[in-house]
This record gives sequence, C-alpha cells and structure tokens, in this order.
Amino acid sequence: MTDKKKNTAFLIVQDNEDARPIIEAVEQDNPEASIQYEPGMVRMECEGSLIVKQETVEALIGRDWDVQELHLVLISLAGNVDEDDEKFELSWG
Amino acid sequence: MSIEISAKAITPIRLSYGNLIERFGDKRPPSRYQEAVYDVQPTAHFHYRPLWDKEHEIYDTSRTAIVMEDWYSFADPRQYYYGTYTIARSKQQEVAEHNYSFVEKRALLDDLPEEVRQSVRDILIPLRHIEWGANMNNCQIDAMGYGTTICSVAMFNAMDRLGMAQYISRIGLLLDGNETTSLDAAKKDWMEAPEWQGLRHAVEDMFVLEDWFELMVAQNIALDGLLFPLFWDRFERKLSENGGGTIAMLTEFMSDWYKETVRWTNALVKVTAAESTANNELLSEWVQKWVTRLSEAIAPVATKAFGPDGVSELNEVKEELLARLGKQGLSV
Repeated sequence: MTDKKKNTAFLIVQDNEDARPIIEAVEQDNPEASIQYEPGMVRMECEGSLIVKQETVEALIGRDWDVQELHLVLISLAGNVDEDDEKFELSWG
Repeated sequence: MSIEISAKAITPIRLSYGNLIERFGDKRPPSRYQEAVYDVQPTAHFHYRPLWDKEHEIYDTSRTAIVMEDWYSFADPRQYYYGTYTIARSKQQEVAEHNYSFVEKRALLDDLPEEVRQSVRDILIPLRHIEWGANMNNCQIDAMGYGTTICSVAMFNAMDRLGMAQYISRIGLLLDGNETTSLDAAKKDWMEAPEWQGLRHAVEDMFVLEDWFELMVAQNIALDGLLFPLFWDRFERKLSENGGGTIAMLTEFMSDWYKETVRWTNALVKVTAAESTANNELLSEWVQKWVTRLSEAIAPVATKAFGPDGVSELNEVKEELLARLGKQGLSV
C-alpha cells in the first residue's frame, strides 16, 4: 500500500435524499475531497482528514440537524473518528 | 462451478429534466425539492387574459413593483415541497394532538388561576382572527405571485395559518368545556373593543393591497415579526410565570413554527434586496411603513397584555425585528 492510500480518510454513504446535504456539506468544507458516485453509494475521500460540519448541513436543509443522523446513511469510513455536537471528523494521526 | 457476481453500473443518459440541467448543471442529480418546484409555473403562451384583470396575464411579473431577473433566485431553505411539508407537519400535529388530549384528560385548564384564564381570553383567543387574515393574505400572495418557489411557500404558509387558527379555537373551547363563550367574546372584542381596532384596520387594509410583494412584507415579515415574538413568546412566558404553563403546551406549535418561518423570510429578503438597489429601497420603505403602522396598532393590545411594560416589550421586539432585517441587507 502506498503512503498516499494509507493517509486517506474516507466516508461512504448511501446515495439518497437524506445523505444529499451531507455530501454537499463535505464538498463545501473539504475543497480537496474527491467525491465519487457509485451505484447506490457515494464515496468521499480526502487526504489527511475529512470533516462534516453541523453548521453547513443545517444551512443546507434549513432545520436543526443532529450530527448522529449521519449514522443513518453511513456505509463505511476510514480514519480516526472525532465526533461531537458540532462536527464529525475523520483523520489519520 | 463458481459463480461470478459482478456489479454493473448503468449510468443514466441524463440525470434530470432539461430545465434543471440548465440551472444546476449535469454534474449530479437535482434534489427532490428542485424537481418538484423549479419552473413549474407556466411563463409563456398565455391565450387569454383573465376576465377579472385585463391589465395582466394570468402569471405576470408586473403585478409587483419588485423586479427580479430570475424569479427563481429564491429557494426555500427548508426545501418544502408537498412530500417534505406534509411529513414535517404531520409529525408536529401528532405531538400537538397528544398535548391537547393530555390537557383535556387531566382537566389541566381547570386549575389555571382565574387571571391567567382571563388573559388568555383577552389576548390570545382574538388572535385567531389575525391567523385567519394571514391565511387569506397568503392565499392572495400565492394567487398573484410569480415563481413556484415563492408561491408554494405562500400556500404552505396559508395552510399553517389555518391550522394555528384552529389550535386557538380549540384552546377557547377547552377553556369553557366546549362552550363557545370565549370564542364569541373574542370575536366581539375583535370587532368592537377599542384596543383591537387599530390592528383590525391594518389587517383589513392588507386584504386590499394591490402589490403582492408589499403584502408579503406587511403580513409575513412585519406583522408576524412583531406579533409572534411578542405574544407567542414573551406573553407566554409571562403567563407561565403566573402559573399558566399549561397554555405553553398548547401553543408549542406557534413558537416552533415561527422559528422555522424566520429562516425563509430572511432568505427571501436577502435575495430580493441583493438583486438591485431599487428593490432594496422599496423593501426598506415597505418595512418602515408597515412596522411603524403595525407597532402603533399593536401598542394598545401590548399594554393590555403586559400592563405598563407593554410599550417597552413591544419596542424591544421591534428593535430585534429591524436588526434582523438589517442583517439581511435592508436599510431600516
């Protein structure tokens, strides 16, 4: 495995309406991230770290959003998880 | 024998309708909200003008003095279309229904201090006539407005207002063991009591406003921006302090609803004001005009509700409203 691969944090979610604002928020908050649409799921990869911010998702859906709602659409992830009321962050190191 | 299972991706030739691809590009599928709402209203090939208005087409941008390059610049931040709206409201209705039956079953309103019951009768119950007026006004905005993003929001709002009028009626009935005494008294107050006449006059003047965007500002931004924080928040708290916490259980929808509504009124003001200085000036002028008139009209009711503190409570609410609108770019 190359160093680059080892260092990549990723988040895979289902491709549905509930996941959509999360994907858009990741896109906004992680300009480096690559987002791949695969059948039925969406894979978001970013070198080093990847963050989902509550504030961004809330602005996109126009209501309060609990970060734990992320788990309803989550398929897989890579990286150490740092989760609190305001964010869900994946990172290596 | 081995079976090889491989996933085969079938990519659609195009992701959505042409109008949405033109607006949002072909990179990813549009959301349900975008599919349900954008460009639904006809914009061309109108055959006949409506008999009731020969000056305008049936959908006509010149029914308001506000000018927008693209009337779909505004999008509802809550992204309500029929599906999401009804799901959100049915959840709230379930909670409200439960609260009403809880209060009824335990006869909680019977234990309220008499002065609290009287304040509810004097201040909250007459508000159902305002809710009904708000329903009329939002139907008018929906009928005259332009662009489905704005019109659908107005229609959902109209239905919400009817719902709130019904909640208030139910409180009135609960107070008197299903007799209409409070409702009749509130109607009489609304029609005759001097403290309500300024407000009634203002609401009735809104019914005949020609410009639907001015009506939007007067009803959904100025009147609601003063009324909801003052009566459904501050006055509620005053009732709770005096032992009327039960009432808050029955009016929870109103305060939740207002918090939600502020999101789209803010977005609408922001988008419309940013379009041009002419729009900004017009909006600011309407806000000034209606906030001034309505706060004068509400003042006697506020005094009745809060006693000598009424005017200062009202002024605080007014300052908050103007500060909020100032943040959206208006010069008020």
